[in-house]
Amino acid sequence: MLTALIRRAIQAIFVILAMTVIVFIGINVIGNPVDILINPDLNQAERARVVEHLGLDLPLWQQYLHFLQGLLHGDFGDSFVYNRPALGVIMERFPATLELALSAMFIAIVVGLPLGLYAGLYPERLSSRLIMSGSILGFSLPTFWVGLMFILLFAVQLGWLPSNGRGETVGFLGAGWSFLTRDGLAHLFLPALNLALFKTSLVLRLTRAGVQEVLPQDFIKFARAKGLQEHRVVLVHLMKNLMIPVVTILGLEFGSLIAFSVVTESIFGWPGMGKLIIDSINLLDRPVIVAYLMMMVVLFVMLNFIIDIAYTLLDPRVRLDGGN
Amino acid sequence: MDSKLADNTALAGLSADVEAPLQPRLGPALKRYFSSPAALFGAIGLVVIVCIAIFAPWISPQDPYDLNQLDILDSRLPPGSESMTGVPYYLGTDGQGRDILSGIMYGLRTSLLVGIASALTAAFLGTSVGLLAAYVGGRLESLIMRLVDLQLSFPTILMALMILAILGNGVMNVIIAIIIAEWATYARTARGTALVEREKEFIEAARCLRLPARRILLRHLLPNCLAPIIVIATMQVARAIGLEATLSFLGLGASVTEPSLGMLISNGYQYLLSGLYWISFFPGIALLITIISINLVGDRLRDVLNPRNAR
Repeated sequence: MLTALIRRAIQAIFVILAMTVIVFIGINVIGNPVDILINPDLNQAERARVVEHLGLDLPLWQQYLHFLQGLLHGDFGDSFVYNRPALGVIMERFPATLELALSAMFIAIVVGLPLGLYAGLYPERLSSRLIMSGSILGFSLPTFWVGLMFILLFAVQLGWLPSNGRGETVGFLGAGWSFLTRDGLAHLFLPALNLALFKTSLVLRLTRAGVQEVLPQDFIKFARAKGLQEHRVVLVHLMKNLMIPVVTILGLEFGSLIAFSVVTESIFGWPGMGKLIIDSINLLDRPVIVAYLMMMVVLFVMLNFIIDIAYTLLDPRVRLDGGN
Repeated sequence: MDSKLADNTALAGLSADVEAPLQPRLGPALKRYFSSPAALFGAIGLVVIVCIAIFAPWISPQDPYDLNQLDILDSRLPPGSESMTGVPYYLGTDGQGRDILSGIMYGLRTSLLVGIASALTAAFLGTSVGLLAAYVGGRLESLIMRLVDLQLSFPTILMALMILAILGNGVMNVIIAIIIAEWATYARTARGTALVEREKEFIEAARCLRLPARRILLRHLLPNCLAPIIVIATMQVARAIGLEATLSFLGLGASVTEPSLGMLISNGYQYLLSGLYWISFFPGIALLITIISINLVGDRLRDVLNPRNAR
């Protein structure tokens, strides 16, 4: 078990290293950093001095080592737009994205789980069929268009909810949070709902599939034969066996929530990392782009690592070392 | 219903003992396909959409790229109004006085082109790699599959963002980004199917005949792995169209001069808050109908092409 764990950890580190090479080569070789980094009005001598200062005259492998060294110190250079360290600029935006993603996850579970349970327990009812058709819509509707329609309906036509920004925030644990104020919650609701749409359908379908898989099994029949009350059978025996796939998939999907917040944040003007990266790509703010990409790579590799371990702990049938 | 079921079992019984490679029986498959009203709807929708995209220059009321036909005085007209010269704008006009209906017709071309080109190329690349992995095995296989796993652990939109951040904006780069983001799905499916098919007798027979590897791969293995790949490719066209629209909306995709549906929606975004809903709304509906039609077709294809369901 331990050796398998260490092997996985080493693999994870190799993956991160490989991604640094890809990002480095992508940004530095395919795009020309000299054109991006240096003011075109400078004369030849000044240009040469800046090139030397930035280390762009060194051979590529030395530049890469330099880049790697900075990376280990969390140093990606200063943002061209904000003139502050790129990683700091991103970390400032992180709480906003985290809040949005967690809220979306919350909505997905609170809405998706009961509906999926219902659709799985009573598959023949008309309402179950409606729920299932609705979940197909949740999968195929383009998120950004739904977001726009939310704004049109709730913000413009009905005027119930604001459509832009985070609203009033309250400082807590060194960061501002919207969900602690009334105004902030009103601002949070639409973007969170928008981001949750896809995941709600996913949770719903997973839960329904899980119910239909677990329900015909012997231990459920036994629990019923024992005369247990129906709600106990469903809430304890069924739910327990249902939760393993749902929880692991949700863990996996959390990363994708953070990635997809790019779209939602851009629509609702939510000042998180996603909006930052889109702005940075449009402004060619290279240090921020690199920092964001590397952060995402590390995040996803770690998530996958954790999920691998979680699988083994939750389900003894899965072993990292292939059952030896 | 019952007689059809009996028919199918009879057919299955006939072919079961020879274990022949799946021969496409077009007639019954088509009949099965159209027995579902949703699939019929999807197929009709798809044909209409493709026809509109192909014939856009001849049927659209206006050429949205021809600046001579645009009049700024006609801008932001609501649906159903008429232009200064009396031409009706059924779906209204946008900020430049462009007819929304014509914009959608032309936008469909870009969207479909990106969707189909990227899905087909990704299918070709992914399938080749996957088949190769399954057939060759060994180190190459584990290397390829590691790469596939790695890639599938990142969300598509993140991969696309990464690639566009490196390559820059533009339609061609969006196509490349979608191909790179999606090939792994095909590779995994192709390998999975090929691993099962590889063990069957007809491949063994082909090997005993000392047929060259290339011939076995292309003439025996590939045709029998195609069914799931066709299904995925269909769905993937819809995903690619959605992804392209999303990227264009974020300002990373198609150019302003040849707007895709996503670009049209994005153009209307700034007018949305003033209540001019039609600039974003109608292109969105067109996008929606496109994606749902393709998904309905793909869903039905999966049921029809799956040999398990045919029995």
